[in-house]
Amino acid sequence: MVIKIQELRNQLNTVSNEISDAIKSCFKKEYLIIINEFCDCNHVLSILLIGNCGIINSLNYQTLRIKLHKMIQAAERLTSLLDECKTLAFDLDFTYAKQWKAKSRYRLLVGYLPIYVPREIIHAANAMPVGIMGVGDRKQIIKGDAYYQSYICHLPRGVIEMALDDNLNNFDGFLFPSICDCVRNLSGMFKLAKKGKFTRYFDYPQNFEKHIGGTFYRELIETIIEDMFKINDMKIITSHLNASIALYNRNRELIEQIYDIRQEFPWRLSAVDVYHIIRAGMVINVEKHNEILEEIVGLINEDFGEPMDNIRVIVSGSFCEQPPIGLIKSIEMAGCYIVDDDFMLGSRWIQGNIDNTTHDPVNALVDAFLQKSAPSSAVYDVGNPRSARLVKQVRKRNADGVIFCAASFCDPALLDRPELQKACDEAGIAHINFQFHENTGQFKVIKEQAGTFSDSIKLWV
Amino acid sequence: MSDPKEAIKERSMVIQKDMLANLFTELSNAKKNGKKVVYTFVPGNLTELILAMDMLPVYPEINALQSGMRKKSGGYIKDAEKLGFSEDVCTYVKCDIGMMLNGNIGPTGEKLPEPDLLLLSYTGCFTFLKWFENLERLYPGVEIAMLHTPYQEDGVITEDQVKYMVKQMQEDVIPKMEKVAGKKLDYSRLEKMLGNAAKAEDLWVKVLETAKNRPSPIDSYFAGVYYMGPLNTAFRGTEEAVLYYEELLKEVTERMNLGLSPVTPEGEMKEEKFRLVVEGPPNWTNFREFWKIFYDMGAVIVASTYTKVGGLYDQGFRHEPGKPLESLAKYCMGCYTNLNLPQRVDLIEHYIKEYKADGFLINSIKSCNSFSAGQLLMMREVEQRCGIPVGFIESDLVDPRYFSYANIKNRLESYFQMLGQRKVILAQEEVSA
Repeated sequence: MVIKIQELRNQLNTVSNEISDAIKSCFKKEYLIIINEFCDCNHVLSILLIGNCGIINSLNYQTLRIKLHKMIQAAERLTSLLDECKTLAFDLDFTYAKQWKAKSRYRLLVGYLPIYVPREIIHAANAMPVGIMGVGDRKQIIKGDAYYQSYICHLPRGVIEMALDDNLNNFDGFLFPSICDCVRNLSGMFKLAKKGKFTRYFDYPQNFEKHIGGTFYRELIETIIEDMFKINDMKIITSHLNASIALYNRNRELIEQIYDIRQEFPWRLSAVDVYHIIRAGMVINVEKHNEILEEIVGLINEDFGEPMDNIRVIVSGSFCEQPPIGLIKSIEMAGCYIVDDDFMLGSRWIQGNIDNTTHDPVNALVDAFLQKSAPSSAVYDVGNPRSARLVKQVRKRNADGVIFCAASFCDPALLDRPELQKACDEAGIAHINFQFHENTGQFKVIKEQAGTFSDSIKLWV
Repeated sequence: MSDPKEAIKERSMVIQKDMLANLFTELSNAKKNGKKVVYTFVPGNLTELILAMDMLPVYPEINALQSGMRKKSGGYIKDAEKLGFSEDVCTYVKCDIGMMLNGNIGPTGEKLPEPDLLLLSYTGCFTFLKWFENLERLYPGVEIAMLHTPYQEDGVITEDQVKYMVKQMQEDVIPKMEKVAGKKLDYSRLEKMLGNAAKAEDLWVKVLETAKNRPSPIDSYFAGVYYMGPLNTAFRGTEEAVLYYEELLKEVTERMNLGLSPVTPEGEMKEEKFRLVVEGPPNWTNFREFWKIFYDMGAVIVASTYTKVGGLYDQGFRHEPGKPLESLAKYCMGCYTNLNLPQRVDLIEHYIKEYKADGFLINSIKSCNSFSAGQLLMMREVEQRCGIPVGFIESDLVDPRYFSYANIKNRLESYFQMLGQRKVILAQEEVSA
């Protein structure tokens, strides 16, 4: 039965004081505050509505209490998980990862920059892959600015600042995926500064033939396996790698489930919540992240929250330097549900599962990269244009428009933008664009722009 | 700032001008004569392969820099920005796209032919990849071949990397070139061209090394960008290029034997006061004014990294006729911007010591992250290792909005004062020792 929220509200006003008092008597005062906070929740309203219809009289107050109690517990648990993720996501000291490593001398920490590295091989080598996504607006850049000219993006300044401030101490190695020349040269800066026991530029193949690019990619993976082996003497065996692949398969499945639920019910979690949840997964072990994700998926599968009169957008272009949380919040507050994005693209890079039953799991990882990679500005796309893939994504997510939101001086995103905009125009998809720095502090203009975009779609499209 | 006078040209420059004029005439008649046209990049270019299949190369970077020198780039860039390209991105790309939007008129005033093949030799610059993705959409249906050049991330070229490149050439790049050219690659012809390339490379290295002389008979940066032209672009592998470098070497050797300083656009430089090593590309929109600041102050660039974007021949690399594809692969991977940062610092240190430089200067280019990202750390490292004064200026390749003459001149004058002061102190120390 679909019950309109407004109807519920109207009927709620007629709930008798007698029933309200009865409910109040069942719960402690603090729970009532939570109930009030969740007063838009369909469950509470439904129960109250039922009560108003007289059915309450035949209900056992105990049953009612259990139901509400469960609901409150779920709300509390979700809040607690979201708080945990929020803390983890922006722990620039990587406390959890360092504590994990401290438990055994055979454990390693391998830091990686956006976008993608096959984390499965790191995990299988008894190491934890740790995403280094920049410092956002959480750390003042003092030294980092002395290493970069004003016309270079913000991400590497923060990374250098962390390296110089010892945030990255205890890391054994660093991987710099081939996104752009800034990140490529940052790998050289780490080499010059002698950070970590190994530093690798992770040069994705740009040839996608199995026996050409695939062979090259395999050699690259084997080099990194060798780098880790030299440190902890742990040989990767097939069963371990298959187990790691299975864990990351599950991780991606759960993340996609969150996006799928949000696609239908974007009010159940904010885009900021989703951002924290996924970013947290880059600094903890996958086992723990999967536990968190499983719980969250279970909790948000329940019906709660109230939809708002928002449009649905996809945010594109923020795959490397991350937008500040305030920016994501501003977009949603301006009336745009973000139903998909590329913020943490690395966690969602492989689309679908990787075979975890083979005798050659490295080969499975190679195949996955060649055949199942997400569209990305870091990968040569002739033959499989990302513009067409963006249009497809808009259709799949039933989005009303696209917000092109790239970091300033981000060559890959900004050089792709005209072509992506053209594709949107041709497909009749509304779009706007703006640029940001990870430490942008003023969002008024962005909020106004997003708000106008939302209004224009609601009024005219 | 006074108007620059008519440039005084060396003999070799006149020869090169004729070579280029002939190439552009050939290009403008390409469609009429049934010649196929290949657009490709300078670093890691496969010119010998293109020429061995009787096709004509066009280098969008060269078009862009020539547009910059002809004061056309500002307008082209704005046109590309109107199309949606951000102010933040590479101005070579925007200039090239703007030039296309304005009829693709080349430096001779004639329309450049459209490409039959986009040969993306993706060496040392990520933006190349994005550039050609954009070109592919501007020329829908054009054949496109991609050659991925692995980065020397560990400071060496590995056998695996060579194999990867050779396989790409054998199974993807060459078959596509053959399809466009309508003929099979004649390996004996390719080998002959690689032999010519190696001869020209020998001569070029000898030219570069004359700068070890005091005074240097050449400016390895401002004049160097002209000298490197034939070898880095459409003429490598030709007999014409060998003749050019023979003539250039003869001319430079004569100057060296006479104890002369470099020829500048305003004639021979009077006195060599400062010897510099320079990192980074020059600015093209105000090239002559930029150069003038140096020669007016008696500063000669004795070695530069920019003149190595088309190959590090002075570090021993030669194309090998006996191993055609392997040597092309190694060539691509050995270009300067494909070196990692520690290699780049080592090379600069080597130049400073080998060429007895007084100072090290970085011209940091807004548009070129491949060069610019990390340069400030490189500068510190070089300063620490070599103990010489370092300087840092900023400009752009072809966007005139980012060339501030007064700022650059001011900064360079202060830098030269510092160098002068240091010379005085060093001389005093030598006397007292």
